[in-house]
Amino acid sequence: MRIEEKITIDAPRHLVWNYVTEPANYPVFMEGLTRWRVEGDRHSGLGARYRMLIRVGAAEMGGLIEIVEWQPEGDMAWSSVTGVDQRGRWRLREQTDGCTRVTFRFAYGVHGFGLTGLIAEHVAARSLRRQFKQSMRNIKAAVEEQAKVAAS
Amino acid sequence: MAETGASAAARAAEEQSRNGSDPGRRRAGGFGRPSLLRRLATEIEKRLAADLDARDPDFIRENLPLAWLASSLWFRGQVRGMDRIPESGPVLLVGNHSGGNVTPDTTVFTLAFNAYFGVERPFYQLAHNLVLTSPIGPFLRRFGTVAASHENARKALDRGATVLVYPGGDWEVNRPTWESNRIDFAGRKGFIRLALDTGVPIVPVVSIGGQETAIFLTHGERLAKFLRLDKLLRLKTLPVNLSLPWIVNVGDFLGHLPLPAKITVQVMEPIDLRERYGDDADVERIYDEITAAMQEQLNELAEERRLPILG
Repeated sequence: MRIEEKITIDAPRHLVWNYVTEPANYPVFMEGLTRWRVEGDRHSGLGARYRMLIRVGAAEMGGLIEIVEWQPEGDMAWSSVTGVDQRGRWRLREQTDGCTRVTFRFAYGVHGFGLTGLIAEHVAARSLRRQFKQSMRNIKAAVEEQAKVAAS
Repeated sequence: MAETGASAAARAAEEQSRNGSDPGRRRAGGFGRPSLLRRLATEIEKRLAADLDARDPDFIRENLPLAWLASSLWFRGQVRGMDRIPESGPVLLVGNHSGGNVTPDTTVFTLAFNAYFGVERPFYQLAHNLVLTSPIGPFLRRFGTVAASHENARKALDRGATVLVYPGGDWEVNRPTWESNRIDFAGRKGFIRLALDTGVPIVPVVSIGGQETAIFLTHGERLAKFLRLDKLLRLKTLPVNLSLPWIVNVGDFLGHLPLPAKITVQVMEPIDLRERYGDDADVERIYDEITAAMQEQLNELAEERRLPILG
Protein backbone atom coordinates (compact mmCIF):
# COMPACT_ATOMS: atom_id res chain seq x y z
CA MET A 1 0.00 0.00 0.00
CA ARG A 2 1.32 3.43 -0.94
CA ILE A 3 0.23 6.75 0.48
CA GLU A 4 1.26 10.10 -0.93
CA GLU A 5 0.59 13.53 0.50
CA LYS A 6 1.63 16.88 -0.96
CA ILE A 7 1.69 20.38 0.39
CA THR A 8 3.14 23.74 -0.62
CA ILE A 9 5.00 25.60 2.09
CA ASP A 10 5.64 29.30 1.88
CA ALA A 11 9.27 29.03 2.92
CA PRO A 12 12.65 28.44 1.26
CA ARG A 13 13.66 24.89 0.61
CA HIS A 14 16.59 24.79 3.01
CA LEU A 15 14.30 25.65 5.95
CA VAL A 16 11.94 22.82 5.09
CA TRP A 17 14.85 20.44 4.62
CA ASN A 18 16.36 21.36 7.97
CA TYR A 19 13.01 20.81 9.62
CA VAL A 20 12.18 17.37 8.17
CA THR A 21 15.71 16.02 8.62
CA GLU A 22 15.98 16.99 12.28
CA PRO A 23 15.00 13.88 14.29
CA ALA A 24 13.94 15.95 17.30
CA ASN A 25 11.06 17.43 15.27
CA TYR A 26 9.33 14.15 14.50
CA PRO A 27 7.53 13.73 17.83
CA VAL A 28 6.33 17.33 17.37
CA PHE A 29 4.85 17.18 13.90
CA MET A 30 4.14 13.50 13.20
CA GLU A 31 0.61 12.64 14.25
CA GLY A 32 0.21 9.33 16.09
CA LEU A 33 3.95 8.86 16.63
CA THR A 34 4.30 7.19 20.02
CA ARG A 35 7.98 6.42 19.98
CA TRP A 36 10.93 7.97 18.23
CA ARG A 37 14.51 7.45 19.20
CA VAL A 38 17.85 7.82 17.47
CA GLU A 39 19.63 4.45 17.47
CA GLY A 40 23.41 4.45 17.28
CA ASP A 41 25.89 7.30 16.92
CA ARG A 42 24.64 8.86 13.74
CA HIS A 43 22.10 11.62 14.39
CA SER A 44 21.05 12.13 10.77
CA GLY A 45 22.24 11.54 7.23
CA LEU A 46 22.80 8.40 5.24
CA GLY A 47 22.89 5.34 7.49
CA ALA A 48 21.22 7.02 10.49
CA ARG A 49 18.84 4.69 12.27
CA TYR A 50 15.70 5.42 14.26
CA ARG A 51 13.37 3.29 16.29
CA MET A 52 9.86 4.46 15.61
CA LEU A 53 6.31 3.45 16.44
CA ILE A 54 3.10 4.97 15.18
CA ARG A 55 -0.36 4.22 16.52
CA VAL A 56 -2.53 2.50 13.93
CA GLY A 57 -5.81 1.06 15.19
CA ALA A 58 -5.26 -1.16 18.22
CA ALA A 59 -1.48 -1.30 18.01
CA GLU A 60 1.66 0.74 17.83
CA MET A 61 3.38 -0.33 14.62
CA GLY A 62 6.83 0.32 13.30
CA GLY A 63 10.31 -0.88 14.10
CA LEU A 64 13.85 0.08 13.23
CA ILE A 65 14.29 2.23 10.12
CA GLU A 66 17.41 3.42 8.31
CA ILE A 67 18.08 6.38 6.04
CA VAL A 68 19.00 4.89 2.66
CA GLU A 69 18.99 7.97 0.44
CA TRP A 70 20.18 11.48 1.25
CA GLN A 71 20.34 14.26 -1.31
CA PRO A 72 20.63 17.52 0.61
CA GLU A 73 17.63 19.83 0.17
CA GLY A 74 16.14 17.34 -2.26
CA ASP A 75 15.29 13.79 -1.27
CA MET A 76 15.57 11.74 1.86
CA ALA A 77 14.36 8.12 1.90
CA TRP A 78 14.28 5.44 4.53
CA SER A 79 13.59 1.76 4.69
CA SER A 80 12.69 -0.62 7.51
CA VAL A 81 15.31 -2.88 9.06
CA THR A 82 12.98 -4.70 11.48
CA GLY A 83 9.24 -4.56 12.13
CA VAL A 84 6.60 -3.70 9.56
CA ASP A 85 7.98 -3.47 6.00
CA GLN A 86 8.04 0.20 5.07
CA ARG A 87 9.69 2.72 2.82
CA GLY A 88 9.30 6.45 3.09
CA ARG A 89 10.49 9.54 1.25
CA TRP A 90 10.57 13.28 1.60
CA ARG A 91 10.82 15.03 -1.74
CA LEU A 92 11.35 18.80 -1.73
CA ARG A 93 11.12 20.91 -4.88
CA GLU A 94 11.56 24.64 -5.16
CA GLN A 95 8.74 26.57 -6.83
CA THR A 96 9.25 29.64 -9.00
CA ASP A 97 7.52 31.82 -6.39
CA GLY A 98 10.03 30.85 -3.72
CA CYS A 99 7.68 28.36 -2.06
CA THR A 100 8.62 24.71 -1.54
CA ARG A 101 6.55 21.83 -2.80
CA VAL A 102 6.77 18.97 -0.32
CA THR A 103 5.85 15.41 -1.21
CA PHE A 104 5.69 12.70 1.42
CA ARG A 105 5.50 9.09 0.29
CA PHE A 106 4.97 6.15 2.53
CA ALA A 107 4.74 2.57 1.34
CA TYR A 108 4.13 -0.37 3.65
CA GLY A 109 3.09 -3.91 3.25
CA VAL A 110 2.22 -7.21 4.76
CA HIS A 111 2.72 -8.92 1.41
CA GLY A 112 2.09 -12.59 1.10
CA PHE A 113 -0.05 -12.68 4.22
CA GLY A 114 -3.24 -13.49 2.34
CA LEU A 115 -6.57 -11.79 2.29
CA THR A 116 -6.36 -10.58 5.88
CA GLY A 117 -3.10 -8.81 5.03
CA LEU A 118 -4.72 -7.02 2.09
CA ILE A 119 -7.73 -5.99 4.14
CA ALA A 120 -5.53 -4.83 7.03
CA GLU A 121 -3.40 -2.75 4.64
CA HIS A 122 -6.47 -0.96 3.27
CA VAL A 123 -8.08 -0.42 6.66
CA ALA A 124 -4.82 0.95 8.08
CA ALA A 125 -4.42 3.28 5.09
CA ARG A 126 -7.51 5.26 6.05
CA SER A 127 -6.14 6.07 9.45
CA LEU A 128 -2.57 6.66 8.24
CA ARG A 129 -3.66 9.00 5.46
CA ARG A 130 -5.52 11.12 8.00
CA GLN A 131 -2.48 11.20 10.29
CA PHE A 132 -0.07 12.13 7.48
CA LYS A 133 -2.36 14.89 6.19
CA GLN A 134 -2.35 16.46 9.64
CA SER A 135 1.41 15.97 9.93
CA MET A 136 1.95 17.89 6.70
CA ARG A 137 -0.20 20.72 8.01
CA ASN A 138 1.89 20.72 11.20
CA ILE A 139 5.12 20.99 9.18
CA LYS A 140 3.70 23.82 7.11
CA ALA A 141 2.66 25.78 10.21
CA ALA A 142 6.01 25.24 11.96
CA VAL A 143 8.25 26.05 8.97
CA GLU A 144 6.23 29.06 7.83
CA GLU A 145 6.49 30.40 11.37
CA GLN A 146 10.27 29.91 11.23
CA ALA A 147 10.39 31.68 7.85
CA LYS A 148 8.46 34.62 9.26
CA VAL A 149 10.83 34.89 12.21
CA ALA A 150 13.84 34.68 9.85
CA ALA A 151 12.41 37.38 7.60
CA SER A 152 11.71 39.76 10.47
CA MET B 1 6.46 -31.20 38.76
CA ALA B 2 3.44 -33.38 39.36
CA GLU B 3 2.81 -36.02 36.77
CA THR B 4 0.14 -34.95 34.33
CA GLY B 5 -2.77 -37.15 33.34
CA ALA B 6 -1.45 -37.16 29.81
CA SER B 7 2.00 -38.44 30.69
CA ALA B 8 0.49 -41.17 32.86
CA ALA B 9 -1.77 -42.18 30.00
CA ALA B 10 1.14 -42.23 27.58
CA ARG B 11 3.18 -44.43 29.89
CA ALA B 12 0.29 -46.82 30.47
CA ALA B 13 -0.33 -47.10 26.76
CA GLU B 14 3.33 -47.73 26.11
CA GLU B 15 3.45 -50.46 28.73
CA GLN B 16 0.35 -52.09 27.33
CA SER B 17 1.76 -52.16 23.84
CA ARG B 18 5.04 -53.61 25.08
CA ASN B 19 3.65 -56.52 27.07
CA GLY B 20 0.72 -57.10 24.76
CA SER B 21 -1.65 -57.56 27.68
CA ASP B 22 -4.25 -55.13 26.50
CA PRO B 23 -7.54 -57.05 26.16
CA GLY B 24 -8.87 -54.43 23.77
CA ARG B 25 -6.05 -55.19 21.39
CA ARG B 26 -6.75 -58.90 21.47
CA ARG B 27 -10.46 -58.33 20.88
CA ALA B 28 -9.76 -56.04 17.95
CA GLY B 29 -7.39 -58.51 16.39
CA GLY B 30 -4.52 -55.98 16.41
CA PHE B 31 -6.55 -53.16 14.94
CA GLY B 32 -6.38 -49.59 16.14
CA ARG B 33 -7.26 -49.22 19.81
CA PRO B 34 -3.94 -49.45 21.60
CA SER B 35 -2.05 -47.57 18.95
CA LEU B 36 -4.83 -45.01 18.71
CA LEU B 37 -4.78 -44.56 22.46
CA ARG B 38 -1.02 -44.34 22.43
CA ARG B 39 -1.01 -41.85 19.60
CA LEU B 40 -3.64 -39.74 21.35
CA ALA B 41 -1.78 -39.79 24.65
CA THR B 42 1.51 -38.98 22.93
CA GLU B 43 -0.12 -36.13 21.05
CA ILE B 44 -1.58 -34.70 24.26
CA GLU B 45 1.74 -35.07 26.02
CA LYS B 46 3.49 -33.35 23.15
CA ARG B 47 1.06 -30.45 23.21
CA LEU B 48 1.50 -29.93 26.94
CA ALA B 49 5.29 -30.14 26.93
CA ALA B 50 7.04 -26.78 26.99
CA ASP B 51 8.57 -26.82 23.55
CA LEU B 52 9.71 -23.23 23.47
CA ASP B 53 11.11 -23.76 19.99
CA ALA B 54 7.57 -24.21 18.66
CA ARG B 55 7.22 -20.42 18.75
CA ASP B 56 7.59 -19.20 15.18
CA PRO B 57 8.29 -15.45 14.69
CA ASP B 58 7.50 -15.57 10.95
CA PHE B 59 4.20 -17.30 11.62
CA ILE B 60 3.33 -14.63 14.20
CA ARG B 61 4.26 -11.87 11.78
CA GLU B 62 2.10 -13.39 9.09
CA ASN B 63 -0.88 -13.63 11.40
CA LEU B 64 -0.62 -10.20 12.98
CA PRO B 65 -2.89 -8.63 10.32
CA LEU B 66 -5.74 -10.91 11.40
CA ALA B 67 -5.15 -10.12 15.07
CA TRP B 68 -4.89 -6.43 14.19
CA LEU B 69 -8.20 -6.49 12.30
CA ALA B 70 -9.99 -8.27 15.15
CA SER B 71 -8.43 -6.01 17.77
CA SER B 72 -8.94 -2.77 15.88
CA LEU B 73 -12.31 -3.22 14.23
CA TRP B 74 -14.18 -5.63 16.52
CA PHE B 75 -12.75 -4.87 19.96
CA ARG B 76 -11.47 -1.31 19.31
CA GLY B 77 -8.53 -2.30 21.45
CA GLN B 78 -6.48 0.26 23.29
CA VAL B 79 -3.29 -0.70 25.09
CA ARG B 80 -1.58 1.91 27.22
CA GLY B 81 1.76 1.99 28.98
CA MET B 82 3.74 -0.46 26.82
CA ASP B 83 6.81 1.67 27.54
CA ARG B 84 6.65 0.49 31.15
CA ILE B 85 7.70 -3.01 30.12
CA PRO B 86 11.49 -3.33 30.47
CA GLU B 87 13.04 -3.25 27.01
CA SER B 88 15.16 -6.33 27.47
CA GLY B 89 15.61 -9.28 29.77
CA PRO B 90 13.04 -11.63 31.24
CA VAL B 91 9.78 -10.14 32.47
CA LEU B 92 6.75 -11.74 34.10
CA LEU B 93 3.57 -10.05 32.92
CA VAL B 94 0.67 -10.75 35.28
CA GLY B 95 -2.81 -10.06 33.96
CA ASN B 96 -6.43 -10.34 34.91
CA HIS B 97 -8.38 -12.49 32.51
CA SER B 98 -11.86 -12.17 31.04
CA GLY B 99 -14.20 -13.42 28.35
CA GLY B 100 -14.90 -17.10 29.02
CA ASN B 101 -13.03 -19.43 26.70
CA VAL B 102 -12.75 -16.64 24.13
CA THR B 103 -10.37 -14.20 25.73
CA PRO B 104 -10.09 -10.97 23.75
CA ASP B 105 -7.73 -9.41 26.29
CA THR B 106 -5.09 -11.94 25.23
CA THR B 107 -5.58 -11.23 21.52
CA VAL B 108 -5.38 -7.47 22.01
CA PHE B 109 -2.38 -7.60 24.32
CA THR B 110 -0.43 -10.20 22.33
CA LEU B 111 -0.84 -8.09 19.20
CA ALA B 112 0.28 -4.98 21.09
CA PHE B 113 3.35 -6.71 22.48
CA ASN B 114 4.46 -8.18 19.16
CA ALA B 115 3.85 -4.91 17.29
CA TYR B 116 5.62 -2.82 19.93
CA PHE B 117 8.70 -4.94 20.56
CA GLY B 118 8.75 -6.86 17.30
CA VAL B 119 8.16 -10.55 16.81
CA GLU B 120 11.89 -11.11 17.32
CA ARG B 121 11.52 -10.62 21.09
CA PRO B 122 10.65 -13.98 22.64
CA PHE B 123 7.21 -13.78 24.23
CA TYR B 124 5.30 -16.72 25.73
CA GLN B 125 1.81 -16.94 27.12
CA LEU B 126 0.78 -19.55 29.67
CA ALA B 127 -2.53 -21.24 28.96
CA HIS B 128 -4.78 -23.89 30.46
CA ASN B 129 -4.13 -27.48 29.33
CA LEU B 130 -7.58 -27.61 27.75
CA VAL B 131 -6.71 -24.75 25.42
CA LEU B 132 -3.51 -26.40 24.22
CA THR B 133 -5.13 -29.78 23.69
CA SER B 134 -7.99 -28.21 21.72
CA PRO B 135 -7.90 -28.06 17.88
CA ILE B 136 -6.41 -24.54 18.01
CA GLY B 137 -3.58 -25.78 20.25
CA PRO B 138 -0.98 -26.18 17.45
CA PHE B 139 -1.79 -22.68 16.15
CA LEU B 140 -1.32 -21.18 19.62
CA ARG B 141 1.94 -23.03 20.23
CA ARG B 142 3.43 -21.31 17.18
CA PHE B 143 2.28 -18.03 18.71
CA GLY B 144 4.28 -18.87 21.84
CA THR B 145 1.54 -20.32 24.03
CA VAL B 146 2.71 -23.02 26.46
CA ALA B 147 0.87 -25.04 29.11
CA ALA B 148 0.61 -23.17 32.39
CA SER B 149 3.08 -24.64 34.86
CA HIS B 150 5.84 -23.33 37.08
CA GLU B 151 8.37 -25.41 35.15
CA ASN B 152 7.35 -24.15 31.70
CA ALA B 153 7.35 -20.54 32.84
CA ARG B 154 10.72 -20.96 34.43
CA LYS B 155 12.21 -22.46 31.27
CA ALA B 156 11.03 -19.48 29.27
CA LEU B 157 12.24 -16.93 31.82
CA ASP B 158 15.61 -18.66 32.01
CA ARG B 159 15.91 -18.07 28.28
CA GLY B 160 15.38 -14.35 28.84
CA ALA B 161 11.85 -14.35 27.45
CA THR B 162 8.82 -12.35 28.51
CA VAL B 163 6.07 -14.53 29.96
CA LEU B 164 2.41 -13.58 30.25
CA VAL B 165 0.51 -15.35 33.01
CA TYR B 166 -3.11 -15.11 34.05
CA PRO B 167 -3.19 -16.44 37.63
CA GLY B 168 -7.03 -16.32 37.75
CA GLY B 169 -7.12 -18.32 34.50
CA ASP B 170 -10.09 -20.58 33.90
CA TRP B 171 -11.73 -19.41 37.13
CA GLU B 172 -11.52 -15.69 36.55
CA VAL B 173 -12.66 -15.77 32.89
CA ASN B 174 -15.97 -17.24 33.98
CA ARG B 175 -16.76 -14.89 36.85
CA PRO B 176 -20.34 -13.61 36.68
CA THR B 177 -20.97 -10.44 34.73
CA TRP B 178 -21.86 -8.51 37.89
CA GLU B 179 -18.32 -9.19 39.09
CA SER B 180 -16.74 -7.93 35.86
CA ASN B 181 -14.76 -5.20 37.56
CA ARG B 182 -13.18 -7.50 40.09
CA ILE B 183 -9.68 -9.00 40.13
CA ASP B 184 -10.17 -12.63 41.11
CA PHE B 185 -7.02 -14.75 41.16
CA ALA B 186 -8.74 -17.32 43.40
CA GLY B 187 -5.83 -17.20 45.83
CA ARG B 188 -3.35 -18.53 43.23
CA LYS B 189 0.09 -17.31 44.23
CA GLY B 190 2.37 -19.41 42.01
CA PHE B 191 3.35 -16.34 39.99
CA ILE B 192 4.84 -14.70 43.09
CA ARG B 193 6.94 -17.74 43.93
CA LEU B 194 8.07 -17.86 40.32
CA ALA B 195 9.14 -14.20 40.36
CA LEU B 196 10.94 -14.69 43.68
CA ASP B 197 12.70 -17.85 42.49
CA THR B 198 13.89 -16.32 39.24
CA GLY B 199 14.42 -12.72 40.40
CA VAL B 200 12.38 -11.50 37.44
CA PRO B 201 10.33 -8.29 37.70
CA ILE B 202 6.55 -8.51 37.68
CA VAL B 203 4.63 -6.13 35.43
CA PRO B 204 0.87 -6.11 36.17
CA VAL B 205 -1.39 -5.77 33.14
CA VAL B 206 -5.00 -4.81 33.82
CA SER B 207 -7.72 -5.05 31.21
CA ILE B 208 -11.39 -4.22 31.04
CA GLY B 209 -14.13 -5.11 28.57
CA GLY B 210 -13.58 -8.83 28.12
CA GLN B 211 -16.35 -9.73 30.53
CA GLU B 212 -18.82 -7.74 28.43
CA THR B 213 -18.46 -10.05 25.43
CA ALA B 214 -21.22 -12.33 26.80
CA ILE B 215 -23.48 -12.46 29.83
CA PHE B 216 -21.70 -14.67 32.31
CA LEU B 217 -24.07 -16.24 34.81
CA THR B 218 -22.14 -18.62 37.03
CA HIS B 219 -18.98 -20.63 37.54
CA GLY B 220 -21.32 -23.61 37.82
CA GLU B 221 -19.68 -25.32 40.80
CA ARG B 222 -22.98 -26.79 42.02
CA LEU B 223 -23.90 -27.87 38.52
CA ALA B 224 -20.58 -29.69 38.11
CA LYS B 225 -21.10 -31.41 41.44
CA PHE B 226 -24.70 -32.32 40.65
CA LEU B 227 -23.63 -33.89 37.35
CA ARG B 228 -20.77 -35.65 39.19
CA LEU B 229 -18.27 -34.03 36.79
CA ASP B 230 -15.92 -33.42 39.70
CA LYS B 231 -15.65 -37.19 40.16
CA LEU B 232 -15.91 -38.34 36.55
CA LEU B 233 -13.78 -35.70 34.78
CA ARG B 234 -12.18 -33.79 37.63
CA LEU B 235 -14.05 -30.69 36.51
CA LYS B 236 -14.92 -28.56 39.51
CA THR B 237 -16.86 -25.99 37.53
CA LEU B 238 -19.25 -25.95 34.62
CA PRO B 239 -19.67 -22.30 33.66
CA VAL B 240 -22.86 -21.04 32.10
CA ASN B 241 -23.21 -17.92 30.01
CA LEU B 242 -25.64 -16.36 27.57
CA SER B 243 -23.87 -15.84 24.28
CA LEU B 244 -24.07 -16.12 20.52
CA PRO B 245 -24.77 -18.34 18.69
CA TRP B 246 -25.75 -20.75 21.46
CA ILE B 247 -27.94 -18.42 23.54
CA VAL B 248 -27.56 -20.64 26.63
CA ASN B 249 -23.95 -21.81 26.59
CA VAL B 250 -23.06 -24.50 29.10
CA GLY B 251 -19.35 -25.16 29.56
CA ASP B 252 -18.29 -22.81 26.73
CA PHE B 253 -16.32 -25.76 25.33
CA LEU B 254 -16.76 -24.58 21.74
CA GLY B 255 -16.33 -20.94 22.59
CA HIS B 256 -18.80 -18.31 21.46
CA LEU B 257 -19.06 -15.28 19.21
CA PRO B 258 -17.93 -12.44 21.46
CA LEU B 259 -19.89 -9.22 21.51
CA PRO B 260 -17.82 -6.31 20.15
CA ALA B 261 -16.94 -4.84 23.54
CA LYS B 262 -14.21 -2.23 23.68
CA ILE B 263 -11.09 -3.70 25.28
CA THR B 264 -8.80 -1.37 27.19
CA VAL B 265 -5.53 -2.64 28.62
CA GLN B 266 -3.34 -0.71 31.04
CA VAL B 267 0.25 -1.79 31.72
CA MET B 268 1.38 -0.86 35.23
CA GLU B 269 4.83 -0.05 36.61
CA PRO B 270 7.23 -3.01 37.06
CA ILE B 271 7.71 -4.44 40.55
CA ASP B 272 11.00 -5.93 41.67
CA LEU B 273 9.87 -8.19 44.51
CA ARG B 274 13.31 -8.62 46.13
CA GLU B 275 13.93 -4.91 46.05
CA ARG B 276 10.56 -4.02 47.48
CA TYR B 277 10.02 -6.84 49.96
CA GLY B 278 13.53 -8.02 50.77
CA ASP B 279 14.84 -11.57 50.98
CA ASP B 280 12.26 -12.74 53.54
CA ALA B 281 9.35 -11.81 51.34
CA ASP B 282 5.93 -12.79 52.64
CA VAL B 283 4.03 -14.30 49.71
CA GLU B 284 0.63 -13.57 51.29
CA ARG B 285 1.47 -9.92 51.73
CA ILE B 286 2.82 -9.58 48.19
CA TYR B 287 -0.31 -11.26 46.82
CA ASP B 288 -2.58 -8.91 48.75
CA GLU B 289 -0.66 -5.83 47.68
CA ILE B 290 -0.38 -6.74 44.00
CA THR B 291 -4.03 -7.72 43.66
CA ALA B 292 -5.06 -4.56 45.56
CA ALA B 293 -3.00 -2.38 43.20
CA MET B 294 -4.47 -4.13 40.18
CA GLN B 295 -7.97 -3.75 41.63
CA GLU B 296 -7.38 -0.03 42.06
CA GLN B 297 -6.26 0.21 38.43
CA LEU B 298 -9.30 -1.77 37.29
CA ASN B 299 -11.58 0.57 39.28
CA GLU B 300 -10.02 3.53 37.45
CA LEU B 301 -10.59 1.89 34.09
CA ALA B 302 -14.19 1.11 35.11
CA GLU B 303 -14.76 4.75 36.07
CA GLU B 304 -13.59 5.86 32.63
CA ARG B 305 -16.08 3.55 31.00
CA ARG B 306 -19.40 5.19 30.23
CA LEU B 307 -21.38 2.33 28.74
CA PRO B 308 -20.95 -1.46 28.66
CA ILE B 309 -19.71 -2.80 25.31
CA LEU B 310 -19.42 0.70 23.80
CA GLY B 311 -16.79 1.62 26.34
